[in-house]
Amino acid sequence: MSTTTTPPPSRLDPEPVPRRDVLGLAAMASAAGACLLALAGLLRLPKAAVLSSPSKKFKAVLPENLAAGEAFVPAGRSVALFRDAEGVYAISTVCTHLGCIIKPNAEGFECPCHGSKFQSDGSVKRGPAPRALPWLKVSHTGGNWIVDEGAPVPPGTKVQA
Amino acid sequence: MTPAEKPPDGLREFADNLKAAPRHIYETAFRSGTPATDRTRSTFIFGNVFLHLHSVRVHRWTLRWSTTMGLGIMTTSAFLITLITGVMLMFYYKPFPEAAYDSMKDIHFVVPTGRFIRNIHRWAANVMVVAVILHMTRAFFTASYRKPREYNWLIGLGLLVVTLGLSFTGYLLPWDQLAYWAITIGANIAQSPREVTDAIGITQWFDPGGIQKLLLLGSDVVGPEALIRFYLLHVMLLPLALGALMGVHFWRIRKDGGLARPSDADARLGPPPAGTYPVFTEAPQRTYQLAAVVKGRTPAVNNGPENTVPSMPHLFYAELGVFMLTVLICLALALISDAPLKELANPSVPENPAKAPWYFLGLQELVSFSAFMGGIGVPAIVLLGLGLIPYLDREKEGTGQWFGGPGGWPLVRRSILLGLGSTLLVETLVIRFGWLREWFPHIPQLIITAINPATILTTIYALYSLWLIRRHHSTRAGAMGLFTCFLCGFLVLTIIGTYFRGPNWVFYWSPGDWPKH
Repeated sequence: MSTTTTPPPSRLDPEPVPRRDVLGLAAMASAAGACLLALAGLLRLPKAAVLSSPSKKFKAVLPENLAAGEAFVPAGRSVALFRDAEGVYAISTVCTHLGCIIKPNAEGFECPCHGSKFQSDGSVKRGPAPRALPWLKVSHTGGNWIVDEGAPVPPGTKVQA
Repeated sequence: MTPAEKPPDGLREFADNLKAAPRHIYETAFRSGTPATDRTRSTFIFGNVFLHLHSVRVHRWTLRWSTTMGLGIMTTSAFLITLITGVMLMFYYKPFPEAAYDSMKDIHFVVPTGRFIRNIHRWAANVMVVAVILHMTRAFFTASYRKPREYNWLIGLGLLVVTLGLSFTGYLLPWDQLAYWAITIGANIAQSPREVTDAIGITQWFDPGGIQKLLLLGSDVVGPEALIRFYLLHVMLLPLALGALMGVHFWRIRKDGGLARPSDADARLGPPPAGTYPVFTEAPQRTYQLAAVVKGRTPAVNNGPENTVPSMPHLFYAELGVFMLTVLICLALALISDAPLKELANPSVPENPAKAPWYFLGLQELVSFSAFMGGIGVPAIVLLGLGLIPYLDREKEGTGQWFGGPGGWPLVRRSILLGLGSTLLVETLVIRFGWLREWFPHIPQLIITAINPATILTTIYALYSLWLIRRHHSTRAGAMGLFTCFLCGFLVLTIIGTYFRGPNWVFYWSPGDWPKH
């Protein structure tokens, strides 16, 4: 007659995962999975698919006497328009650092929020701005200048009337 | 029919019951009666749904002023004040851009007590931020995060983040210039991972920054969608999160065995002063049966009720005192100083200087070198470090004592000097001589993101902390050095950002030196 070396299982010492619990665990796992999927679906809602912001394209009328290299900022827009011998071009005035609206001046642009400074071609001169100011698409149709704030173009792109 | 069985006088009984009704309503609401005996003082607590988060008895160490300084209760009180005043403000506030500003002006100039209520709301929010930071500092320096309270330290960190989130989302709601530009900056900090993804050219495929900004603003600019989102966060999602976390935080205090105290607390306290309610003044009239015998340890309930006193009245009177003090502070500040309301938000002219709420000005000082590192990178490292502290410091020495652990107060004093000194030195250098881009105009952005005052200070603090761990053979010593340094850095940067930065974020000794427009 052999004696068992392990004590009989006690009510207080149940097996870690008895076989009959597998079904229960599977049920819980599937419930958790379903809830996670539902949550992922819910989170799609706050990610806007259509932006309600106003159109990025606008018509601009350049002043007749705009000097070469002098900035013209249309009212309510964050774009600086320039005209020189090679044509018309537009540079964004939204700071690439944290989105403040920068002011054009004689030497280029200056940001009021954290002191970034840009050359007159938009490249960073000093301060925390990580990128140059983007140049924006300008087109000339029917005697009007159309600027598209949403369409960056390579720096140096100038358009003749 | 005998006279004794005379039918009862229905009307008289009705009248008697009606007369006794108020007393019966009171007695059924407060079953335990006056908390005058040990038993009724206990039932006063566990018979009341609002009070029963408290334990029935509380250790005398917990009630010492120097144990907590009442900072947790002060935070909770400030939250209750913002909750009540916030709901009052919701009667008039309209979360739509121009209407929001008009309703704020109404609250300020027309609504009866409107300005006062708004001032209280704003000051209570500030008190809450200060109190929650001090409360964390207290918990850290008394080593109260240690086993078995590690998880509650994490919950506390969550509460800190939600508190800051509540303050920040409230900042946009007035829709004035201050609000608009602080939120524009905040939203672009959320977008700042682009500083890295742009530099390595993967933004097109992997753009966490853009997604964060889109989720926060619901658009690409701060507009009506952003306002309604911030409103929703401010009045619904974050308060719910805060309430849930607070519930867990308080409940865990009990489950973790009350507040941390030194192992020799009983000896240090000595006998209770005369006049306190001693333990077991009367024979218990009722015992509770165990429903079942189960295996396992009960957390930290290995002591008898020695040296404890009933929570009613000792703890509750202390809590009530802190609550009334908090109310007094908020009312006094609200009377002295009006909450600001600048001009209507103008998306084409930034406020100059555009400053965030004061507790973010330290970060704003850091983002003026690198948006990503100052706004996301270093704060994430700090939160991660804070969260890991209780899991790395598994020591026992000094639990429940101010500056407990190897090194003690002298170590903290040296760390204060090092923290203040290194932060002031780095700031002086960058204010005097500028930073990398001024010296090397064509330097790649990634180098600036990697090497800037935020990362330099973090590295100095971390190296100092590692040296402390080696020198004292103790993680606690390193943690104390690191925490003290970060606290000093936060203080110095916040003061510089608040008082010494003017238009274009240029350094000025005083606002009187700011250029006039």
